[in-house]
Amino acid sequence: MTATTNKAGVISRDSLEGLFDALIARDYVPVGPTVREGVIVLDELRGVDDLPEGWTEDQDAATYRLMRRADAALFGFNNGQHAWKPYLFPPKAKLWEAEKTPDGGFSMRETPDAAKAFAFIGVRPCDLHAIQVQDAVFMAEQNTDPLYARRRRKAFTVVIQCGQAAKTCFCTSMDTGPRADGGFDLALTEILDADRHSFVVEAGSAAGASVLAEIPHSEARPDDLAAAEACTKRAVDQMGRTLDTTGVKDLLYGSYESRRWADLERRCLACGNCTMVCPTCFCTTVEDVTDLSGTHAERWRHWESCYTTDFSYIHGGSVRPTIRSRYRQWLVHKLATWQDQFGTSGCVGCGRCITWCPVGIDLTEEVRLIRDSERKKDAADGHVQEHPHASD
Amino acid sequence: MAQPAEQLPRPMLPTPFRVLETWEEIPGCMSLRVEPAGTGDAAGACAFAPGQFYMIYVFGQGEVPISISGDPARTGELTFTVMAVGTVTDALCAVQPGGIIGLRGPFGSVWPVDEIEGRDVIVMGGGLGLAPLRPAVYHLLNHRDRYGDLTLLYGARQPRTILYTDQLAGWSANDSIDINVTVDNAGRDWTGKVGVVTDFLNWRRLDPDRTSALICGPEIMMRFSAYALLDRGVAAENIHISMERNMKCGVRMCGRCQYGPFFVCDDGPVFSFDRVQHLFRIREV
Repeated sequence: MTATTNKAGVISRDSLEGLFDALIARDYVPVGPTVREGVIVLDELRGVDDLPEGWTEDQDAATYRLMRRADAALFGFNNGQHAWKPYLFPPKAKLWEAEKTPDGGFSMRETPDAAKAFAFIGVRPCDLHAIQVQDAVFMAEQNTDPLYARRRRKAFTVVIQCGQAAKTCFCTSMDTGPRADGGFDLALTEILDADRHSFVVEAGSAAGASVLAEIPHSEARPDDLAAAEACTKRAVDQMGRTLDTTGVKDLLYGSYESRRWADLERRCLACGNCTMVCPTCFCTTVEDVTDLSGTHAERWRHWESCYTTDFSYIHGGSVRPTIRSRYRQWLVHKLATWQDQFGTSGCVGCGRCITWCPVGIDLTEEVRLIRDSERKKDAADGHVQEHPHASD
Repeated sequence: MAQPAEQLPRPMLPTPFRVLETWEEIPGCMSLRVEPAGTGDAAGACAFAPGQFYMIYVFGQGEVPISISGDPARTGELTFTVMAVGTVTDALCAVQPGGIIGLRGPFGSVWPVDEIEGRDVIVMGGGLGLAPLRPAVYHLLNHRDRYGDLTLLYGARQPRTILYTDQLAGWSANDSIDINVTVDNAGRDWTGKVGVVTDFLNWRRLDPDRTSALICGPEIMMRFSAYALLDRGVAAENIHISMERNMKCGVRMCGRCQYGPFFVCDDGPVFSFDRVQHLFRIREV
C-alpha cells in the first residue's frame, strides 16, 4: 500500500478531461455515471460534462431520491441501480445461430460479440469486488464464458474511492470498501474543499500508468494524501448499515427451517428486483427461437431471477413453489452457499437490494433476525447447537 | 479494438449428431441411438462414464438434459431414453432416423463403478430412473468378475411402464444379476409383485459392510430407498443417488440446478448420500 501511495499523483478537476481523451484515443468506450430520468445511471459518456456534477442521492430501504449538493462534486454520490454487470454480462445476448442445411442437418456458428472495449469510469470499490466475484463464475479454470471473458480482458477500470456512504451501504462489513487497494487500472479519490477540487490518482497496472502518463498531473503532496485518507475515513464513519458476517455460512446452513422465512414470505413480492440490481447475481435462462421460415434458429441468453417459479421447474412442477423457499434460496446462496461454490461471499455490501426492494426488505436486518431467532432457539434447547453444514 | 481472435472454449455451442435408430420403450418414451454427424474421432466424441448426461438440442425447439442410457462399451455412439413430457422432449421423441440433433456434453459426476469393485451392489431404480442406471448395470455385467452379488430392484407404476422388459428378462435368465421388479398397481394379468421398491429390502440377505447401492428415481423414492438401506446398516457414503434439477448450461454458470452448495450439473448428478443427506430432509431446497 505504501508503494502505491508513493506513486500517487494529483489531477486537477480541469485536467480530468484528459482521462477521457486518453481513453477515447485508445479506442475505449467510456462508461460511467450520469443523470437520467431522476436517477444516476451508468451509460456511455462523452466526457466530464456527462458526469453527475453537483448531484447526490438519498438512499434508504425502498427509497431513492436524487438531490442537489451544495458543491460541484463529480462523484458525490454512491450507487444507482445500475451495476457494471450489464457491460460484461449483457442482460440479453445471442450465443449462437444455426441454419438448416440441404442434407437435413444444420450448421452452427457462435455469434461474434460486436462490443468495443469499455473503460469503466467511477467504479466503486464494492462494485470492483463484485466484478471479481463474477470473474470467479464466468472465468473459472474449468468453464469460461467466452462472451464475458473477452469483454473483461479488454476492459479498463477506473475506480473512484468512496468519500461518503449511503444509509444502505455496508461494504466495511463485507471487507470490500470503501477503499480499493488493487485490481484496478487507475483509482481516483475526489478531494473537494474550500481551495481545491482535484483527484488523487493511483495506477494499479501498466495500462493504467500509461494512460496516466498522458493526463496532466502533479506528484501528490502529503496533504493530498492526508485529504484522500480523510475521504476514506468519512465514508467509514458514514457507513449506514452493518452485517455481522461472523459464522454467517454456518448460521444460514443451519437455518433452512427457520421461522423467519415464513415472515419474509408475507412481505417479499418475489418481484426479482434484488436479483436484477445485484452486481453479482449471475443466473440465466436460455431461449431457443426460429425465424418464420423455420430454417434459421438462434439461442439467446437472458438474465433470470431465482424468484420465478420457472427458475426451478422440472417436469411436474417447480422445486420451489413458495416465496419463502425462493427468498431463502437467494439469501442462503448470496451469503452462504456462494462461499462453497466460489470461495467468496456473493454479497459485496453495495446495498442496492435494500434500496430497490419495493417493500424495503433489508438483508442486513434479516440476517440479524435469523441470528437472534437461532440464538433464542438454542437457548430454549438449553445448549448451543453445532450447525451442520455441507462444506467437505 | 482490433485484437486477434482468441481461442476460447465454446461451452454453449452444440455439436450435430445423427440419429441412427429410434424405438419406443413404453408409451410416450423413446430411445434414440446417435453418432456424431461430422467426421473425426467418433469414439472420442462419444466417450462417457455411467451416470453422465448430455444437453440435447432439437433445432429451434430448445435443449434438455438427458442421461445416457446406453452401454459404455459400445464406442462411437450414444443411446438416450427420453420420456415426452414437454415441448423439447415431445420433439425429441418425434425425431426420425437420419434426423440431426445437437449435443453438448458429457456432463456431471459418475456412478462410482471403479470404487465399488469387489463389493456387492444393489441397483435401485424407480420409473424412468432406470435409464441413467443402465450404463452402470452394463458396466457391472461387462466386468462381472470384479463384483460380488449384483441385485437390481426396480419399481414402475404399472406393468406397461416397465422399461427395458426384454433386457430385464434376459439378464434375469443368465443368473449374473438378481432382477426384481415390482409395480404400484396392476391388472389381473400381472403375475409379478405389487408394492413399493423398498419392499424388496425386507428379509433380503445383505452384508451392510460390503454393500454399495446406486439409486435413481423420483426424489421420494430415493429418499425412502436410501433410508431403508441406512436402516439395514449400509453407510451413507456407500449409497449413491442421482439428482434432477432444472438446467440450462451444464457448466456451473446458469445457476438453475443449485442444490444447497452444489451445482447438480457438475458436482452431481450422482452424489454419495452422506453429501446430501442434510438437504434431503428439507423441503424446497
